[in-house]
Amino acid sequence: MKLAIDRKFVPLMVTIGLFILLYIYGIVQYKGFSSPQVFLNLLIDNAFLLITSIGMTFVIISGGIDLSVGAIIAFTTVFSAFLLETMGWSPAIVIPLVLLIGVGQGAIVGGLIHYFKVQPFIVTLASMFFFRGMCFVISTDAITINNEFYRAVALLRIPIYGKAFISVNVVIFLVVLVAAMYLAHLTRFGRTIYAIGGNEQSALLMGLPVARTKILVYTLNGFCSALAGVVFSIYMLSGYGLNTVGLELEAIASVVIGGTLLTGGVGYVIGTVFGVLIQGLIQTTIMFQGTLSSWWTKIVIGLLTLFFIGLQSVFASANRSRMAARTQKQAPSPAADAGLAANAAKQ
Amino acid sequence: MEDNCILTMKGISKAFPGVQALSDVDFSLHRGEIHALMGENGAGKSTLIKVLTGVNRQDAGTIELDGKEMLAKSPLQAQALGISTVYQEVNLCPNLSVAENILIGREPHRMGGIDWRALNARARKILTWLDVDIDVRQSLGMYPLAIQQMVAISRALEISAKILILDEPTSSLAVHETAKLFQVMRKLKSEGMGIVFITHFLDQVYQIADRITVLRNGNLVGAYTTAALPRFELVAKMIGRNLTELEDMSRFRAETGRHIAGEVLVEATGLGRVGFVEPLDLTLHAGEVLGFAGLLGSGRTETANLIFGIDKADSGSLKINGAAVVKHGPLNSIHQGMAFCPEDRKADGVVGDLTVRENIILALQASRGWFKFLSKKKQYAVADKYIQLLSISTPNADQLVKNLSGGNQQKVILARWLATDPKILILDEPTRGIDVGAKAEIQKLVLVLASEGKGCVFISSELDEVLRTSHRVVIMRDGAKVAELAGDEIDEQAVMTVIAGG
Amino acid sequence: MTPSKSWWERLRHSSLFWPVLVLALVMGFNLIFTPNFFQLEVKDGHLFGSLVDVLNRGSPLMLLALGMTMVIATGGVDLSVGAVIAICGATAAVLIGHTTDVTNTPLPLVIIITLGVAILCGLWNGLLVSRGNIQPMVATLVLMVAGRGIAQLITDGQIITIYYPPFFFIGGGYLLGLPFPLFIVVAVFFFAWLLTRRTAIGLFVESVGTNASSSFYSGINEKNIKLLVYVFCSFCAGIGGLIISSNVKSADANNAGLWTELDAILAVVIGGTLMTGGRFSLAGSVIGALLIQSVTTTIYAFGVPPEVVQVVKAMVVLVVVLLYSEPVKLGLDKLAKRKEVQL
Repeated sequence: MKLAIDRKFVPLMVTIGLFILLYIYGIVQYKGFSSPQVFLNLLIDNAFLLITSIGMTFVIISGGIDLSVGAIIAFTTVFSAFLLETMGWSPAIVIPLVLLIGVGQGAIVGGLIHYFKVQPFIVTLASMFFFRGMCFVISTDAITINNEFYRAVALLRIPIYGKAFISVNVVIFLVVLVAAMYLAHLTRFGRTIYAIGGNEQSALLMGLPVARTKILVYTLNGFCSALAGVVFSIYMLSGYGLNTVGLELEAIASVVIGGTLLTGGVGYVIGTVFGVLIQGLIQTTIMFQGTLSSWWTKIVIGLLTLFFIGLQSVFASANRSRMAARTQKQAPSPAADAGLAANAAKQ
Repeated sequence: MEDNCILTMKGISKAFPGVQALSDVDFSLHRGEIHALMGENGAGKSTLIKVLTGVNRQDAGTIELDGKEMLAKSPLQAQALGISTVYQEVNLCPNLSVAENILIGREPHRMGGIDWRALNARARKILTWLDVDIDVRQSLGMYPLAIQQMVAISRALEISAKILILDEPTSSLAVHETAKLFQVMRKLKSEGMGIVFITHFLDQVYQIADRITVLRNGNLVGAYTTAALPRFELVAKMIGRNLTELEDMSRFRAETGRHIAGEVLVEATGLGRVGFVEPLDLTLHAGEVLGFAGLLGSGRTETANLIFGIDKADSGSLKINGAAVVKHGPLNSIHQGMAFCPEDRKADGVVGDLTVRENIILALQASRGWFKFLSKKKQYAVADKYIQLLSISTPNADQLVKNLSGGNQQKVILARWLATDPKILILDEPTRGIDVGAKAEIQKLVLVLASEGKGCVFISSELDEVLRTSHRVVIMRDGAKVAELAGDEIDEQAVMTVIAGG
Repeated sequence: MTPSKSWWERLRHSSLFWPVLVLALVMGFNLIFTPNFFQLEVKDGHLFGSLVDVLNRGSPLMLLALGMTMVIATGGVDLSVGAVIAICGATAAVLIGHTTDVTNTPLPLVIIITLGVAILCGLWNGLLVSRGNIQPMVATLVLMVAGRGIAQLITDGQIITIYYPPFFFIGGGYLLGLPFPLFIVVAVFFFAWLLTRRTAIGLFVESVGTNASSSFYSGINEKNIKLLVYVFCSFCAGIGGLIISSNVKSADANNAGLWTELDAILAVVIGGTLMTGGRFSLAGSVIGALLIQSVTTTIYAFGVPPEVVQVVKAMVVLVVVLLYSEPVKLGLDKLAKRKEVQL
């Protein structure tokens, strides 16, 4: 017996629809927009945001939040640049090291959040401050990366079709995307994340490993932001403490626009991808437009985020009143609900 | 019959700070039986279950499962031992699919990932066995509570439970949903499962339970075979009969009863709220105490909420002091001279981090608005007055309310409302958790207030209290007002008969 | 029965105890290691010295902390204060214009309009939280993101420099030898104190923050209380914005007030107001702000670069928040309960 389309898909469909609409608008309005490279550039230019937003998706699905990702990315770029250029270390050591730092940070943050029962936003806010500061402790100026390996990777163009190409960063992103989707839908770990986001108390009573999963989620996110930092270092070929300021908000906006509920429990990694792409698309459109300044992007993103939050809020209260009407106290009601009525009639 | 016992609890006692929740309680459960556990609020039902499922540890007594001594240190352990509980709030994850809720943590895997097809098939199989036909891939939250309960039961079955505890499963179900649940319960019973059925619905107990255990005030009243226990006796055992202590109260009431002023303070016509209260008529006069009798969950609190304005009514009209109510809500009601002492003092009454003084003057200050601030001196004066009047046990008015005992907290809430000098007082379980002496004080106070010309609504699960203090009694059952007795009609037998229904 | 504890007991149990103690420690530290910290000299009729610096530079933070206190007391948070600072600075700059020594709008009007804009921001946040039932962190996050864009909209993407001397008085002027911002802080503190302790508003805020449902049952309009606190918070941020743009003599939509929200939250938490809501202390928040400012100044006095200050601040936030966290409190409570009288 099938019920109506599950409501939780609606925000995702709205997002994808919005992306398509925007894209069509761009193609119609501007010459050159229809070039496939325009789309691929969205991926190339936003690979780092895509990767870290994927990590953020898991955190938000679990019911938490992480405000430190921008700082971790910046720190990763600065520390990498420092180790590569000033210390002359090899990328083979540097890259695993910075990833490890990201992982370590995530584990500590996750542990503090779970065991001290402190609100995630303040722990991660402190972490953000910490890593921003550490950027400047290492170097107040930007450090250019001249390392051969990095340069080679940065310049590599992987042809896709005709003249269209993507960068190594996009490949990294695609690997992360596939891994994330696998985690989310095919592993017990991923499903536990959804369960915790849905109702942590219930998840606990159902015997799920809540503590371990929560800490792992933040650890995973730490890894993703560090990886995004590596990708960003390759993309910009420099390390600078003022990089990616405010990126956490862009990541959160992407996640929200992508259909993930801020309250947790519902969300799709692919939705987040579209959330990022929409942001990139708005930026590209404004660039093509030529006259509007880029800060309009911020306002539009802010309003879009609000719109989607509002959408989520409306669905949430609609669900709540539906549930309240169903969970009637005492007085029996002649409700003819699917599944039961038919069987009751069989008696 | 001994080998048929799957669970034996002997001499269970459990105390919490300030209250003895259970004293020397026995409980036994047979294989293949449905055993109803009954008792009013504070009787100890939930504590007994918490001890059994490992949420709390008993102070004394033993538990034997299948002949072997058992000590569950956590709900998870209890589950592993074969004791599963389905709570009223179901405790599942509404965002996950039905199938996932049944099998999460034990999903079938295939080639390194979850085998969704197998998962869904297994879930479908269990639900079909329970005669429930739904799309297991939809989110749980899309389904009504009745179905969610079935899913919770399925999960318990999946974990192969020997004992299933159902905590108030039918409170929110429609008639046909309850019938369906009973069908499932009978099936499980025939498979040899022991089911503990906690409920306050008498009809249902007589429909489905083989045996009944009654608890009262933490003590075991007895375990009976359903067939051998008439309804009336059951109600009597649940409610208790302690009329001997305060007979002078009845005399006092009889005297003041002759002085009912007659001015109608509250007039409700056809007042109702879909799903909570069937449309009813109600009047409250100055100088009288209107008692609300009925078992837990009969709709008394919901009616009070409608009168005070906590909830909005769907139907009917309400007149306060003769005028129709406009902009209904707590503040407006307070301005009309109403006071409401709520049932759940922890969630809706006490502001724990504030002091006794602040809690007491809170409603009074709210009625004066933001700017007409009561001076500290006045606040202390008011607070001290009521601390004395109600004998609130606290070192001083600056003690944080959360540090007071339950009974004293209740008195603080009562003081808060008395401080507003109301004309209409609605008291919902004002004596819950208070010692016997204080209980009597409060009941006397209610009568005194009535004699001063106020109108009081007195809601209590303790029938003897209601009978002792009320001039008129409204009896509620299953969300509807079923009877109203006045003066001489008020008789313990009569009220219990009506409550018992049958 | 009126309170009858000894003054030492009252002091020890007062929520101000720890913040004041730590502040005293910091001052003591300075006394020993940087004696010229306390040096005050008078130049051109103005008081100068590190102490004065602390009070002066700390003024915007003290104002933000004052506003943030009540928001946190209701169990919420306002992440948009930095954006509001940027918006208000931009508004003022645009109204004044960039002609030297001349303003396009009379100064009093500039101030009124700017603060009006701040109040509008507060209304926006407050309505989202109280009527829209949106989580405070999320609701204020929106303005935090979009606000900078709005500020840039106002300044047309430029950094506007202000050349109107009377405006500089707000942030840089001196009155009776002391920096003018100090007087602003005192005035706002006094106003806040009046508003919360001489009316029922303070009591209601604490009640709503502790138990919103009980407050509702008692007849308190918790929706309007919540609305009020967000309006007041943005109002304070607006004043802070005026001071800051007056000090830097410009409006920078990107950088004005950046990261001030964390400082404000830290000041409030240090001051003893719990993030979960309930009892609050205006004085505590001000002391918290002073503490942050003096630690910053002290560290600078040692020639430590500002970046390290950032790192230190982050660790302090973490430690403070952990100390005030539930498990730690429960642990400490258990230790204390053994000495407390049982009722």
